[in-house]
Amino acid sequence: MTTVYTLTIDGRDVAGSEGQTVMEVAEENGIAIPGLCHLEGVHDRGACRLCMVEIAGSPKLAAACMTTIAEGMEVTAHSEQLLEYRRAVTEMMFMERNHVCAVCVANNHCELQDTAAALGLTHFDLPRISPKVDIDASHRLFAIDHNRCILCLRCVRVCDEIEGAHTWDIMHRGLETRVQTDMGIPWGESTTCTSCGKCVQVCPTGALFEKGRPVAGGSKTKRPFLPWLKVVQEERGL
Amino acid sequence: MSRTIVIDPVTRIEGHSKITILLDERGEVSDAHFHVTQFRGFERITQGRPVHEMPAIMARICGICPVSHLVASSKAVDDILAVEPTPTGADLRRVINLGQIVQSNALSFFHLSSPDLLFGFDADPAVRNIVGVARHSPQLARDGIALRKWGQQIIEWLGGKRIHPTGIVPGGVAEPLSAEVRDRILAGVPEAIAAVERAIAWYKSDMLRWEEEAATFGNFRSAFMGLVDRQGNVDHYGGWIRVVDADGKYLADKVDPRTFNDYIGEAVEPWSYLKSTYWKAMGYPDGIYRVGPLARLNVAERTGTPRADEELEKFRWRVGRVAGSSFHYHYARLIDTLHAVEKIEELLHGPDILSKHVRSVAGINRNEGIGVSEAPRGTLMHHYRVDDDGIVEWANLVIATGHNNMAMNRAVLQVARHHVKGETITEPMLNRVEAVIRCYDPCLSCSTHALGQMALAIDLVGPDGRVLDTLAR
Repeated sequence: MTTVYTLTIDGRDVAGSEGQTVMEVAEENGIAIPGLCHLEGVHDRGACRLCMVEIAGSPKLAAACMTTIAEGMEVTAHSEQLLEYRRAVTEMMFMERNHVCAVCVANNHCELQDTAAALGLTHFDLPRISPKVDIDASHRLFAIDHNRCILCLRCVRVCDEIEGAHTWDIMHRGLETRVQTDMGIPWGESTTCTSCGKCVQVCPTGALFEKGRPVAGGSKTKRPFLPWLKVVQEERGL
Repeated sequence: MSRTIVIDPVTRIEGHSKITILLDERGEVSDAHFHVTQFRGFERITQGRPVHEMPAIMARICGICPVSHLVASSKAVDDILAVEPTPTGADLRRVINLGQIVQSNALSFFHLSSPDLLFGFDADPAVRNIVGVARHSPQLARDGIALRKWGQQIIEWLGGKRIHPTGIVPGGVAEPLSAEVRDRILAGVPEAIAAVERAIAWYKSDMLRWEEEAATFGNFRSAFMGLVDRQGNVDHYGGWIRVVDADGKYLADKVDPRTFNDYIGEAVEPWSYLKSTYWKAMGYPDGIYRVGPLARLNVAERTGTPRADEELEKFRWRVGRVAGSSFHYHYARLIDTLHAVEKIEELLHGPDILSKHVRSVAGINRNEGIGVSEAPRGTLMHHYRVDDDGIVEWANLVIATGHNNMAMNRAVLQVARHHVKGETITEPMLNRVEAVIRCYDPCLSCSTHALGQMALAIDLVGPDGRVLDTLAR
């Protein structure tokens, strides 16, 4: 039998099953915690650090998507300080690469843009890095513009866990980190890619897009299709 | 001792510029330069971008005529895709492009130039502005504002927003037209026609006052270039390039716009960021030609719509078959606007205008593409080269104001010669130099693909290079 834990999030009494994360319990109870790497249907990875919460008794912030609940836990998901942290994290995402919403294929369909707006990030104080970053448009249907990649690694996880192709992975470190196809070869030459397009659908920004889409031509579906695919996989014992 | 007059900044134009008037040993005007002092470099910053983003990026060149860039850029990408937009897609592009022509022409004539025409070039600048126009002739000001609004609304309803819309895409347009929006646009047609016709009537009744200006405002022999359709009538969207000389003789006709590089060269002068475009057959700097509303009327047989054709007949009766004075840009701009309104109505009554098939889709089928259309200020050309994946490797834009660059310099020189007396800059000279530039309605942001404020400066420079007098607004 599953053990049920009771805890508080922002002072509200909530309950969840053993093994659930703070993020999941918050979602079930209608408490919105921002997150750009979290995606229902694939394993969490704690890559974006936007879902950081305070837990009473712990000196460190914890990623809500990676922290499993415990009995009596007191979670603060929203505070002035957390808002400041989240704004800073989001600002760093914008500064690290070259995000120009006005001429982006994902304009008005972008989770990074929505997050910045929701957090009230009205301007940038940090200096821009403005790195010279590549675009790989060698695939017949899709392209990746690394300028807009925030390294949430949703593409890596969906390709591995749902499609089973594991075309995507990560290479290099720090500011040089890039998602890559196969062993760093052009996407169009990949022998593992099945051209299923799941990576494009789950990308929160305009980094992965369907070729031929004009600016603001948003190619992402709003339907949460991954949980359904997962159910089907489980039912078939895959 | 020689001298230089500098006008800096030039006001009531779109962009930032400066004028230098050079005097010789005898104190007479030897040359005049219209400097465009801003630079942005869109041709460079678009290198490396996917070609489908080009229309939206290029639209950012200008807030006045983003649609013109959207159209020319989308046509260049069509060429790279090797597709024709669907007939409805092309017609909807035409409508939005004409909406742009209406709103920008209205801005130029009513907001920027009508103060000069109403109050005279030497009237107090405190009165000689659109607010003064609204006080003195409220109907004129209202008409200008209403026309501009109607044009902007067409852009918003069809393109998604008024400034920098994204509704025009490679292959056609993003969304089909609804009956409701069509009817909403059509409902504004009678008032738009009435407004332009009132302005034309006023202009005609008043134009004799400006005979001296018409004679000296860039009144010279030059060629004219514009797009015409199969019948040789005005075409703002497609068709062929026609170039006529000062006597109306064809220098070129039925030129495929995609071959424009065979006919047009671009020269660079050290004193301006604006390139000077010239007719190759005549060489530089002799190959001077003009584009824009005046050129469109000069090259075409007719406009192709009844009311505008009626006015065109009267226009030709008054100023000749090929009008030579740049002052007549104002008159031509009004007829151009009337034609645009009529054409919008005609297109919206087309049987297939509500078709849902508005976009052709294709991959990268060519590595090079050229798109040409008529922007409010004249013929606009976008030329791109891409790699096999559709990544832009090179881009070149030839902008209406660039075609007119040599003509503007010639016009400034003519006005300066007529009005510069002595070694100081006089108000009448300053006013007229500004006004002659305004005839061309130059968009300096577009032409240098650069951002700037509206401003003018004049320097008076002697033969030894010393600045003798400077006047700035």
